[in-house]
Amino acid sequence: MSLAFYLIVALTVAGAVAAVTLRNTVHCALALSVAFAGIALLFLELDAQFAGFAQILIYIGAVAILIVFAIMLTRSSDTPATGVFSKSWLAGLAIAAAVFAVLGWAVLRTAPMLPHDSAAPVVTVQQIGAALMGRYVLPLEIVALLLTAALIGAVIVAMHEKAGAK
Amino acid sequence: MTPLAGYLLVAALLFAIGLAGALTRRNAILVLIGIELMLNAANLNLIAFWRYGPHPEALTGMMFAIFSIAVAAAEAAVGLGLVISIHRHTRSTDLDSMNRMKG
Amino acid sequence: MQETISFTPQLGASAVTQLLWLIPAVPIVASGVIALFKQPLRRMSSALAIGSLSFSLLLSMFAFAHVVSGWIGGNAVRETVNFTWIQVGTSHVDLGWVLDPLSAVMLVMVTLVGLLIFIYSTGYMAHDENYTRFFCFLSLFAGAMLAVVIANSLLLLFMGWELVGLTSYLLIGFWYQKPSAAAAAKKAFITTRIGDIFFLLGIVWLFAQTGTLLFYNGGAGSMEAAALAGLLTQPAALGLTAAGAIGLLIFCGAAGKSGQFPLHVWLPDAMEGPTPVSALIHAATMVAAGVYLIARVYPLMQAGALAGGSTTALTVVTWVGASTAVFAALIAVAQNDIKRILAYSTVSQLGYMMAGLGMGGVAVGMFHLITHAFFKALLFMGAGSVIHGCHEEQDIRKMGGLKSDMPVTFLTYTIGMLALCGFPLLFSGFWSKDGILEAAQHWSVAKAPFYMLVFGALLTAFYMMRQVAYVFTGHWRGHKPAHESPAVMTVPLAILAFFAIALGVIGTPLWPWFRAFLNGQAASFDLHGFSEPGLLTLMLTSSVVVFIGLGLGWRMYVGRAPAADEPDALEKAMPTVWGWLRDKFFIDELYGATFIAFYWFWARVADWLDRRVWGGIVSGVARLTAAWARLNRFLDTYWVDGSFDKGCEELATGGGLLSRVESGRVQTYLRLLAVGVVLLAAILIWSSRG
Repeated sequence: MSLAFYLIVALTVAGAVAAVTLRNTVHCALALSVAFAGIALLFLELDAQFAGFAQILIYIGAVAILIVFAIMLTRSSDTPATGVFSKSWLAGLAIAAAVFAVLGWAVLRTAPMLPHDSAAPVVTVQQIGAALMGRYVLPLEIVALLLTAALIGAVIVAMHEKAGAK
Repeated sequence: MTPLAGYLLVAALLFAIGLAGALTRRNAILVLIGIELMLNAANLNLIAFWRYGPHPEALTGMMFAIFSIAVAAAEAAVGLGLVISIHRHTRSTDLDSMNRMKG
Repeated sequence: MQETISFTPQLGASAVTQLLWLIPAVPIVASGVIALFKQPLRRMSSALAIGSLSFSLLLSMFAFAHVVSGWIGGNAVRETVNFTWIQVGTSHVDLGWVLDPLSAVMLVMVTLVGLLIFIYSTGYMAHDENYTRFFCFLSLFAGAMLAVVIANSLLLLFMGWELVGLTSYLLIGFWYQKPSAAAAAKKAFITTRIGDIFFLLGIVWLFAQTGTLLFYNGGAGSMEAAALAGLLTQPAALGLTAAGAIGLLIFCGAAGKSGQFPLHVWLPDAMEGPTPVSALIHAATMVAAGVYLIARVYPLMQAGALAGGSTTALTVVTWVGASTAVFAALIAVAQNDIKRILAYSTVSQLGYMMAGLGMGGVAVGMFHLITHAFFKALLFMGAGSVIHGCHEEQDIRKMGGLKSDMPVTFLTYTIGMLALCGFPLLFSGFWSKDGILEAAQHWSVAKAPFYMLVFGALLTAFYMMRQVAYVFTGHWRGHKPAHESPAVMTVPLAILAFFAIALGVIGTPLWPWFRAFLNGQAASFDLHGFSEPGLLTLMLTSSVVVFIGLGLGWRMYVGRAPAADEPDALEKAMPTVWGWLRDKFFIDELYGATFIAFYWFWARVADWLDRRVWGGIVSGVARLTAAWARLNRFLDTYWVDGSFDKGCEELATGGGLLSRVESGRVQTYLRLLAVGVVLLAAILIWSSRG
């Protein structure tokens, strides 16, 4: 566990915490982008270069922008007077903590059984492409279909209604 | 602690943070942000297991993660579309006030 | 004179005797059929009744001819048909019928007189709306009476007896809308019931002692020597033997049915019924059933008598009969209703019959019964004709001078009246009454009944003359003019008048056919019959008495022409005695003050008991039930319903609480999901350790 690891983890966690706690929604989106970047760096650390770059491209380049767009479109002029957190935020926090506790407990229990270190795999894009076109062609096509459906669906959902509220 | 365990813990922490955000924020978009964080934590889990598990050359974990990213993107698009549509109707994104299904 | 009867026992029954049961059965069946008719079938109902009784008459005449032919041939006929009705272990109750001279003559008399009265009724009741019902009851009565006549079993006789009593009740109360008729019917039934209770006791005792209720059963019957000998050895109370006691008990029943003192009170009131009913039931047949009963059980009554002597039972019968004869004749003198005079006359004549039975034996009493049936029926039907002609008027003070308006009725009525009085030689009543007087004269126990009966004959002549004078002589005192009755009513009158004269022939000492026939001896036409000592003197005495009575009546009433509301001539002479006689010696009032009052008291007690005690218990139970019901309702409302409602309330509250989970907020659902995941994971991890 090198120093780089801890630094990147600190960045990522800071970004995530910021993303869920900031008052200004746009700031949250930007913090989210930082978190995404941190995760991408972690992917690179784990020798999953393709996944890391795909993360940057898609998440930071598309999803984060999309979120910003959505924030812009749903912005009301005033910030809510009653605060950004719900009335029972403590219950939610507790539940999240419980989830972390359970997961951490599972990990730490099995920690001794986990492999200590292994050789870094060498993965080329060609291998990934061949796998996509070969073994994983069906999921690929299905994902393509899914994306098409999501595209059309999002357009329909967000479209202005004919005689409705305009 | 093994590196794998460390990554797993990080993923669990990120997941918990994302969950906390999804459960406590009033704004619908921030709930979606939390969900995105949870998805990313899962992806991190997947890649970590790919790297430190047996047969990383089978690319199973990598593929899983890539597809997960694609699906997450699609889901984010649809979800935000929904939020926009709701906003058009109710002029707000406050989840606390959206309890028409109360029963 | 009393003669012993001995019949050669005959076990085989001839064809006629086998079919004898049809004689009562056919009228009863006819009655049942008529009962199913509706009112418009009037002609059919009377035709059926008359037809059935004609059939019975024909069969009775066949039976009579059979008995007569046997008698001519020298065999005294007594044929029985017996059968077992109920068998319990070794003891059994038998029923059966008998054909002997006694039942044969009675059969012919009942059917003949009955038929004539039926025909008469078609005219008398022609305007009545309940014509069909009348003939139904009449037919039922005829069948029941015939059953009494042919019965060989005391039980069958009793059944017919009761049925006759029932039909008498139905017919007396025929016009039941009249309260007086309904009351008279009840009075008749209850009074005869009192007699019947003792009768039933006698029957039961006889059955217990002898083991059979059959009269004649080839030597084993209760009227035959073996049974009577057994009864004589059993002592009962008051120095009587069982035979005497049973005889007296049976006589109580006869006294009720035949209207002897003190159970006579119902007969005059029974005149409320239509006149044909009075003629048939309360003159000729039903009231004669009591006399017939005594004649039937005569061997029992006579058991233990020494030669020429009498028994206690027969002595009692005689005294009761003689006193009733005088008592009723006295009352008849002061009555003003045409039918009531005849009713008291009937009571008096029944007393004569009983006295005749007691002193002279079966033949003497039965002869008077037969002759009396004809002339009393004639008198009643004549009275009915008079009533019909006088537009339903029954008070003799409002009649008068009818001999010119209703000549046929007048002639036949006079013939009947003279027969009743015992007008010498020509009329049957003279011979039959003289038979009784002769027996009374030679009675060994006492001579008083003879004088009483002679005095009764005087009174009979007097009151009948009074009645005829009021009704037929003088001038008409009514409102509308009278008219003669139609032929359907006068022809039976004529037929009966013929018999009132002709029947005397068979009972004269010249040719004592009737007596001989009944007693199973040969009869011969014998001019020396008159030469018995004292017989001519007796005939002279009774004739003189009759003439005195008729003369007194003539002098006081004929030609005087009293007005309608003037007091009677005799009343003017002896007002207090007249008052007693007119009010029937206050017997009814006496009974009202004693027995009826006693009964009313206990009826009130029973009513109080019923209303307060039993009724109180019942209403107490009802109140208890109501209280229990109220308690249950209370429990139901508060406990059962309350608990149920509470449960439902809790359920609703619980549901309300649970529905808070459905907050409608997404984050709530998410939280719950996360909690579920935590729990699940914890369980999985926990279960996989080790």
